[in-house]
Amino acid sequence: MFIILLVPVAVPLLLGAVALVRAASWVRRFSGVVSSVAILGSGIVAVVLGQGSAPLSSAGILRADALSAYMLAVVGAVGLVATWGGLAPRADAPVHTEAGRAPLGMYAALVCIFLSAMSLAVLADNLGVMWVAIEATTIATAFLVGHNRTRRSLEAAWKYVILAPAGVAIAFLGIVLIYASSTGTPTPTLSWLALTQMSLHLDPALVRVGAALAALGFATKAGLAPMHSWLPDAHSQAPAPVSALMSGVLLSVALYAILRIQAVANAVIGPDFLRALLVAGSLLSLAIAAALLLRQRDYKRMLAYSSIEHMGVMALGAAVGPTALPAVLLYILSHGLIKASLFILAGRLLTAEGTPIISDVRSLLARRPGLAVPWLIGIVALLGFPPFGIFFSEVGIILAGWATGMGVVMSVALALMLVIFAGMTRLTVGMMFGSADLPAPRVDSVLDRSPHGPIAPLALALGACAIIPFLSGPIGTVLSDAAVALSWTP
Amino acid sequence: MSNSVFSELIGLSAGALLLTSVLTVWHRSQRASIRALAVQGFALAALVAVVAVDRKDVELVPVFLLVLALKGLVLPWVLARRPGVVGTERVRIDIEDESPLLNPVATLVAAALLGMVAYAVTWPLVASSPSAAAHAAPVGVAMVLIGFLVLVTRRRAISQLVGFLALDNGIATVAFLISGGVPILLEFGASLDVLLVTLILQVFSRQMRATFGDTDVGRMRELRD
Repeated sequence: MFIILLVPVAVPLLLGAVALVRAASWVRRFSGVVSSVAILGSGIVAVVLGQGSAPLSSAGILRADALSAYMLAVVGAVGLVATWGGLAPRADAPVHTEAGRAPLGMYAALVCIFLSAMSLAVLADNLGVMWVAIEATTIATAFLVGHNRTRRSLEAAWKYVILAPAGVAIAFLGIVLIYASSTGTPTPTLSWLALTQMSLHLDPALVRVGAALAALGFATKAGLAPMHSWLPDAHSQAPAPVSALMSGVLLSVALYAILRIQAVANAVIGPDFLRALLVAGSLLSLAIAAALLLRQRDYKRMLAYSSIEHMGVMALGAAVGPTALPAVLLYILSHGLIKASLFILAGRLLTAEGTPIISDVRSLLARRPGLAVPWLIGIVALLGFPPFGIFFSEVGIILAGWATGMGVVMSVALALMLVIFAGMTRLTVGMMFGSADLPAPRVDSVLDRSPHGPIAPLALALGACAIIPFLSGPIGTVLSDAAVALSWTP
Repeated sequence: MSNSVFSELIGLSAGALLLTSVLTVWHRSQRASIRALAVQGFALAALVAVVAVDRKDVELVPVFLLVLALKGLVLPWVLARRPGVVGTERVRIDIEDESPLLNPVATLVAAALLGMVAYAVTWPLVASSPSAAAHAAPVGVAMVLIGFLVLVTRRRAISQLVGFLALDNGIATVAFLISGGVPILLEFGASLDVLLVTLILQVFSRQMRATFGDTDVGRMRELRD
């Protein structure tokens, strides 16, 4: 069964290597899609195999319990939406259309390495390997963010590669301290399986500081305030498929790392300490997203700030604890699929309209229904309307929070979410309707029904988001199994 | 190794590490900062050697070689390298010396304050430990904080990179002092990551020079809300 654990890490690496050295354009074009399918396939197999049986593991480095398997499937699913949706309309066109003077083989290879690193991060049974994999995602995405080689993308890439590794370095310091806490025991270890066992008697003082630093460091990658400042720049300047991957799933992989750290901390020092940290980060993220979404001018940045908001709500769910975890996991999947679809659409909109400024794109619904209709559905899902998954997740997290006695925190969060709801609605209405007579739209008044690229991945993603919450039988079991993997009741 | 000799050697290398850390803050010249960073790499390697001898840990021998090669030689060389150096390029490097946001005196005061903060927050964690090495751990934390200080107060791309590497050296110092290093697999992974991040930032700083004319990070302010 080791093969299931190896495939999602090795296949993308292999494809990436081939894309880098071989000139065949179809390899470069489809390497990301095939990698995503491989990851999604092994994720689903691992989820199915994992039900009711012992977790898969291999050589003490890779291990897939219910949570890892679920996260692997999420990486694959969002990766598929991003890479398939990111294919250019015609076979002879470049892999993505926004620009691209950098060699396309390099682009394809980096996307594959990125996917492989995320798979490794969720499959690692070792805090150290998980850390290396998360740092590798930064390295793989650095040139992808700067891919367009404009002044703005260079600025975004510089901020990203200075701030994200500095943050993740702090997480490393935290992991060093957690490791140090285990050197007093007979078997020093970084395996989170071993660390969460009560019998190990870790040094609580070291674990407390270590967990705080590790959570703070990974929160940088998860885009939680106040370490979020790289996020809107990087996510708005990267090519669309890369933004879709970074916003849709990389943030969640970092959140997954925080959940693992939290499980270790909870086993040693109880839940209260990290809960306070997560609540603070979460409310601050919501406040910053609310403030900057109200007067946002750029639609890709709007999506980026919306990611900060949603990561904030997920972190709130993590703070609540086990009762909210199934909702958080459903949230990770729904947000990933929706945000990836929206970033893909934003990329096509940018190519079609030539401007990222909201006030310059008006009456899209009348002019470009092929792009505007899926965009509108995506924003409705993102704002948290039923029947989409985000609605059920948010309700689940807030109810669980009330039940845990965090009523005040939940009320504040709800108020901020309403402000964000109003702000994003206003911006979307401006883009969709608005008056076509304003000076902004250019002469191309011909009705444009084309979706400017494959529409199937977006339809599948948004459709899945609407259906999955109602599959309470199979999905409910998967989510609660995954949540149990983190539980700290011995 | 007798206990007192061990303590003295630990103290000596920790002192060298802290001193070089302060030097990276104090120097305005990029080349001097990079030299201080190289010396710091050697001091870190010396620290690994002392810890290895004390713990009689054979696994630390490859780590010692790795630290010596990477942090003492390769990384400073990558930083100091200017692609396509020609005769006039040297002049330009000197022009690119730092005009930091804080003046040297303020920076030194800040570094001293950060040292005290590091001592105050770390001492309770290591006070109960019997090991002399763990008692020096506040030095590593101070290096991390000073690295951050360089990172946020410098405006040149390469100087920010020096800050990042000083920060990373600080984390490695804490790891070696407090737990005799991390598992060797992680040590190699982390070193590879640092090397790649450095190379990527070096490429970006070259692109920055081509695009903006110089490497003043403060010039990049188009992305605002």
